[in-house]
Amino acid sequence: MVEEVSQLNVTAVKPKAEVIDLDFYYGSTHVLKRVNLVVPDRQITALIGPSGCGKTTLLRCFNRLHDLYPDNHYNGEIVFDSAVNILSPKVDPIEVRMRIGMVFQRPNPFPKSIYENVAYGLRVQGERKTSVIDDKVERALKSAALWDEVKDRLKSPAYALSGGQQQRLCIARALATEPELILFDEPTSALDPIATSNIEELMAELKQQVTILIVTHSMQQAARLADYTAFMYLGEMVEFNRTLALFNSPLNKQTEDYVKGRFG
Amino acid sequence: MSDPMSQAPNFEVFSRKRASRSVTERVIELVLLLAALSSVGTTIAIMVLLISESVGFFKEVPILEFLTSKSWSPLFDNPEYGILPLVSGTLTTTLVALSVAIPMGTIAAIYLSEFAPQKVREVIKPVLELLAGIPTVVYGYFALLFVTPLLQQLYAPLGTLVNGFTEKLPAGGLSDWLYNDVPLDLGGFNMLSAGLVMGIMITPLISSISEDAMRSVPTELREGSYATGATRFQTAWKVVFPAAMSGISSSYILGISRAVGETMIVAVAAGLQPIFTFNPLNSAATITAFIVQVSLGDIPHGSLEYQTIFAAGLVLVLVTLVLNIIGYFLSKRFREEY
Repeated sequence: MVEEVSQLNVTAVKPKAEVIDLDFYYGSTHVLKRVNLVVPDRQITALIGPSGCGKTTLLRCFNRLHDLYPDNHYNGEIVFDSAVNILSPKVDPIEVRMRIGMVFQRPNPFPKSIYENVAYGLRVQGERKTSVIDDKVERALKSAALWDEVKDRLKSPAYALSGGQQQRLCIARALATEPELILFDEPTSALDPIATSNIEELMAELKQQVTILIVTHSMQQAARLADYTAFMYLGEMVEFNRTLALFNSPLNKQTEDYVKGRFG
Repeated sequence: MSDPMSQAPNFEVFSRKRASRSVTERVIELVLLLAALSSVGTTIAIMVLLISESVGFFKEVPILEFLTSKSWSPLFDNPEYGILPLVSGTLTTTLVALSVAIPMGTIAAIYLSEFAPQKVREVIKPVLELLAGIPTVVYGYFALLFVTPLLQQLYAPLGTLVNGFTEKLPAGGLSDWLYNDVPLDLGGFNMLSAGLVMGIMITPLISSISEDAMRSVPTELREGSYATGATRFQTAWKVVFPAAMSGISSSYILGISRAVGETMIVAVAAGLQPIFTFNPLNSAATITAFIVQVSLGDIPHGSLEYQTIFAAGLVLVLVTLVLNIIGYFLSKRFREEY
């Protein structure tokens, strides 16, 4: 399968992160099998594949979220900025999470005010100056296209917002600490079509400033949004290419069957 | 096939069992209703009894004297009926107990819910819950025979130090206050010991309910916090704890009611002397301890002395009610919904 991957001239893209021969185990279950992937800098990369193919597991390796639970272990590397293997035991997962943000499947704002939700990451990372926090909260909310809707009620609880607004708030929360890479785990699966298209527009704009890696169950979403798409199946990376190429002229039979809707 | 409309509809097929089923359903509903009403009925009966017996008491004793006099000696020749000493005893032991139980219970809950590995939790949780199953009279003797001597030993140097200091002071003001309120030795009966042990007794109640509340906070909230670079403690303290606040505060309210109503520990370890004081180093009687003292004695039914326990009981119910209401509003004020 490495041959297909090489169809994309990987050396031509500037990688933000590079997955090299990654194996992942939940206890004794082998979930990711020698996965390789390049996440190009300031582009949107989509991970697609049927349920249980390991795409969310792969995503959660990037911010070491698996470290929270016992019996998980990694083999292999994720090289960040062509410099550090963030899976190395010497690397502090908290430092990794400060530089790699995440947006979850269902909006998960904290039981706090809108302002405090966005300020949360800054505060846990030790920022104390109110003026700095004010400034960064405003900037994050503007980047998340939420500022105009909430600027007059920053102190009101986050739960008063609609589902789509809550998800944009979570994006603002991830943006506030100025990460270089943001992981999106099916960010629109709990949202209606209008909220979904708002989030997609937002992501398309965000790629100016950050690299985006998104897991999606929707091939249409990947086709609309992503610059690069990776197709995973049964824990293996089957094919990775520019989105147009992957959908229009898949090199692998399984990829073709999946993108044509024959299974999955 | 004949036209179905031409025949009289045969409802009988569908209604044969209807009568018997509706009877069964009604019987079940009635039983459920009775079960629900029994607790309401008991509450009402208790209130009626307390109020009607208290009415007799308040015919003899002016309510103003009852609420303001600082002396309580209904069983003496020269009886005085001021409830304040009993209220002060109750509040002081409750405060001491809560100052142990709320921090300890909360910390234990945070540890068990957010930090403890599965195996550690499986050991600690049952042990904590076992602590809640020990009869309170055992706690009473534990306070009297173990904790009090221990406290006396720990207290002795402090008492000596303060006393030496007091003697050098000119008489009056501070000196008098120290002389009266910081005794040389800790008495064999004191509210501190009773309150501390009561706190230990209430801790598992608070930790168990708070832990359940914290564990039911959705995992997505925790992961959301970790994903911003928060540590385990920051996540527990800034996200999980506030999110579980409504459950945690109800555990506090339950703990308060438990402390106010606790009888055996204070009756055994705090002494039964009604003294108007908020100093935990003193001995004192609580409302509950007084009630049990009178109920066990040989005071004739219907006498004024006997009626004092109903008046005291009424005050106890009211104190609990007021604390519950305060707790309810505080928890509403600080609650953060999710």
